[in-house]
Amino acid sequence: MRSLGPDRPLLIVIALLVLFGLLMLYSAGQTDVPVLAAEGAWKRQLIWLGAGVILAALAFRLSPRLLEWAALPLYIFSLGLLAVTLVIGRGAGTAASSKSWIFIGGHAIGQPAELAKIAVVLMLARYLSGRREAPASLRELIPPCLLAGVPALLVLKQPDLGSALVFGGILFAMLYWAGVKPSLLFMLGSPVVSLLLAFTIWTWVTWMAILLTLMMIWRPYVAEAAGVAVLNAVMGFVAIPIWRRLEPYQQNRLLTFLNPEVDPQKAGYHAIQSKVAIGSGGWFGNGFLEGPQKRLAFLPAQHTDFIFSVVGEELGFLGVFAALVLFLIFFLVLLRIARRAVDPFSSLLVFGVTGLFGTHVFENVGMTVNLMPITGIPLPFFSYGGSFLLASSISLGLVLRAAWDARLAGYVDV
Amino acid sequence: MKEFHSFRVHERATGARLVIVGVFLLLVGAFFRTQVLDYDRFRLRAESNRLRPVPLQPARGTIYDRQGQIIAETVPGYSVALLASSTDSMRQVLDRFNKIVPLDTDAVETVLNRYLVARYQPALVLGNATREQVSRLEEHRASLPGLVIQSEPRRVYPSARAVSHLVGYVGEVTQADLDNSRYANARLGTVVGRSGLEQEYDDTLRGIPGVRYIEVDARGRLVREQGAAPPLPPVAGRSLRTTIDLPLQQFIDSIWPPGISGAMIAMTPDGQIRALYSTPSYDPNSFVGGISGSEWRSLNTDPTLPLLNRALQVRYPPGSPFKLATAAMALKLGLIDLHTHMPVPCRGGLQFGNRYFKCWNKNGHGSLDLVGAIAQSCDVYFYQLGLRLQLHALLEGGVRLGFRDRTGIDLVNEVSPIYPASTAYYDKTYGPRGWSNAVILNLAIGQGENTQTLINMLKFYSALAGSGKTATPYLVHPDSAATFDLGLTADQLEGLRTALIAVVERGTAARSRRADLQIAGKTGTAQNPHGKDHGWFIGFAPAEKPEIIVGAIFEFGEHGTVVAPYVVRAISRYLLGPDTTGTKPNIRIIAPEDSAPREVEVRPAPAAPTDSLLVPRVIPVPPPQ
Repeated sequence: MRSLGPDRPLLIVIALLVLFGLLMLYSAGQTDVPVLAAEGAWKRQLIWLGAGVILAALAFRLSPRLLEWAALPLYIFSLGLLAVTLVIGRGAGTAASSKSWIFIGGHAIGQPAELAKIAVVLMLARYLSGRREAPASLRELIPPCLLAGVPALLVLKQPDLGSALVFGGILFAMLYWAGVKPSLLFMLGSPVVSLLLAFTIWTWVTWMAILLTLMMIWRPYVAEAAGVAVLNAVMGFVAIPIWRRLEPYQQNRLLTFLNPEVDPQKAGYHAIQSKVAIGSGGWFGNGFLEGPQKRLAFLPAQHTDFIFSVVGEELGFLGVFAALVLFLIFFLVLLRIARRAVDPFSSLLVFGVTGLFGTHVFENVGMTVNLMPITGIPLPFFSYGGSFLLASSISLGLVLRAAWDARLAGYVDV
Repeated sequence: MKEFHSFRVHERATGARLVIVGVFLLLVGAFFRTQVLDYDRFRLRAESNRLRPVPLQPARGTIYDRQGQIIAETVPGYSVALLASSTDSMRQVLDRFNKIVPLDTDAVETVLNRYLVARYQPALVLGNATREQVSRLEEHRASLPGLVIQSEPRRVYPSARAVSHLVGYVGEVTQADLDNSRYANARLGTVVGRSGLEQEYDDTLRGIPGVRYIEVDARGRLVREQGAAPPLPPVAGRSLRTTIDLPLQQFIDSIWPPGISGAMIAMTPDGQIRALYSTPSYDPNSFVGGISGSEWRSLNTDPTLPLLNRALQVRYPPGSPFKLATAAMALKLGLIDLHTHMPVPCRGGLQFGNRYFKCWNKNGHGSLDLVGAIAQSCDVYFYQLGLRLQLHALLEGGVRLGFRDRTGIDLVNEVSPIYPASTAYYDKTYGPRGWSNAVILNLAIGQGENTQTLINMLKFYSALAGSGKTATPYLVHPDSAATFDLGLTADQLEGLRTALIAVVERGTAARSRRADLQIAGKTGTAQNPHGKDHGWFIGFAPAEKPEIIVGAIFEFGEHGTVVAPYVVRAISRYLLGPDTTGTKPNIRIIAPEDSAPREVEVRPAPAAPTDSLLVPRVIPVPPPQ
């Protein structure tokens, strides 16, 4: 007879990732030139971890019914915080350029965006699980889109593109898990694709042709199909004016994503140095603590956003592979928990957390090899940072509770 | 909610798993490409990120004289350089540097220029730092980020000024040199020979620079000096054995009369240069590690032109020493023999056309044969000899004897002598009817349109001293430059030598005679309209079997006879060793009466007073290279 403790595979994989992360964070502080922020970050991270364990334990104790009830007040509260942040928020740490922090009495208290991510997951889980049927038309998708879209817009105003993307990731993951047809999700996402492809007329025309063909096959409501088509067309027309209104640094980030060498000393610097660090790692890396790019401060934000580049530089492809496999197991375990959850709310909650972590990992790891544009978004378990670590702890506490509930209900054997 | 029937959930979970695994594979693929496929590219990029190459200068080859004495050698020294991340920080560091080791303002600008040319390399500040400077800088290392001190070979010329024009000096290659690729395989920062032997044999002496790497951080600050990457050691240059006799060279420097500009060359009849001296000179040691701006300016603006090598780079009218060439041409053509007398005996001058050409001795020499005319340097004899040769033979003979060509000595910057190739030269200069055969008279006594370098005159005399063929002068390797044959029989050569001995025995250089050594030689005076005439003497000894030829020119040296004693002392120092010369000159220098006649203007001057025939001529002096 097995004990009815928390889900063991999840705990093990989390422990391994946390350990891996701490080691890399320790390494990030070992430099030849003083990088004050990175020095001893691992010790501070340990304190945050302690707090995180306590918060996770508390979250574990919350029953899903209580969560379902608390979702709305929490959601409204975090929207309020985001709004307040826009007014009094300030930059800090590696996110110095965006007003994402709340200060009270001169002390940085936290980044409300991290709390809002959990709130959105809870709120969407509550809304979607409360429906009889999965949303089957675009019109029915409007409420969940608004639920995720409003905080996303508030975060985008800070401006923090990375976190705003996470809301999108959460939304799409949860809609999918709620049973929304992929074709509908495709149409939902199509205006964004249209926006991105509108920079040359030929890619855009091709895109429109593909979209229209697909809609002929899928046969959605005529009005909605027309709406999607019009929206795509509008996006195509406004792309250039929107581009013009972007801040030069935002334009540069997008341009350097396409080719970092256009501005190697400034906008492309991060992308180039990160890729150089990773590429110079080879199969086996330069050895733990020994990465020259990191040691000599060529690698920017090596303890936060670009900590995965340290993995690549010091442990090589094998180290990267190990880390990615751990993440793969982590997500598969989360998926299993979501699948076996006892009720739709818990299941959606777990899958929302999967979407949250998934977006973070894909965006962060992807940007270190220039697969994704550079946005300041932390890597779970690795990057130094209190707010995100606490938010992660809470969400994992909730996931563990969902897993425990499922085991109580009869999944003990697996 | 019916979507959460386990069958439907399972279906979606499969889809979600596909997406997760797909993203995993995408990321793994991206890292595989970056880390494994593009590894070499990024490795190189990372290395060039953090490693800054510092050139290691090779030790330059030693230059020896023929006995193995050192003319130029390389000893350990220090160089000091600075690394900086920006021009501003370079300025700041230089400011602090200045307080520890004072630099002049020129030097600061030079360092900044070096920095701007190659930002990623340490900019050289002191190329030749003393041990004391280095230790003071080491003490203040904390306040001088980017300070790179390394031991660097330093060039030393023990004989300093005595050898400067012979050996040249070294310096960092300039952008202009690189642009016209004057030095093979030179890069910015390479130290190359800039004059004399150092430049001529730069390829041999220079060696191959090595490189070591220092590690810098993202802002270009020095992090690690040693062991960042394996260095490539420099390959030392090969040494050079020259034909120079350093004691002789130093002796010439020691006996040279102060305040006189000029040059002296000693060479063997087969062309080996034993001494090559020019003065005023400079200290080649002051160029080591970069000459200071003020010093360089003063060298360049000095009216005595100390950078000019008077043995190779200045043309002087050859004057009387050229009379031997006239004599050799006439002998070869069989127009005269050694004892031919000219129809008009010397009465102090010769009437030619409507002009009167003076002999240097206004009392006249009477009737002389060739030997006597050479010994007495009688101008009237040679006027007539020239007329007997006629202009074409004179020009053709001069060209044949190499008076239009460089000697081909293995030393840079030799200038070509000037000698007309044909009468077309006169047509061009004076107009087809603007000149007369009077030019012959000037040419025959080594004046007129004829200016020669000292080295080229020595080359000509090597034929007289040797087998009748000129030898190409050389210091290390004989060049394959053309040699010229006087075309004289042994008897004729012997006769000319006798005449030259007579010059020293009883002729114009009689006061230079040394009882224990028979020296053959020829005095000369070159016209200098700017002041006193230049004096020549070219002599060789022992007269019966010459081993050494020494020629000298004193600018504003009055007359050849003043020059002769110095040449004689150099010859006896070489042949008889240091004991016989003594420290005190035992040769009295007496201003002789041998004054060359004023050159006569060849242009027909319409109704001009006789005075106006004496038009000053300018000796062409090439600019220092």
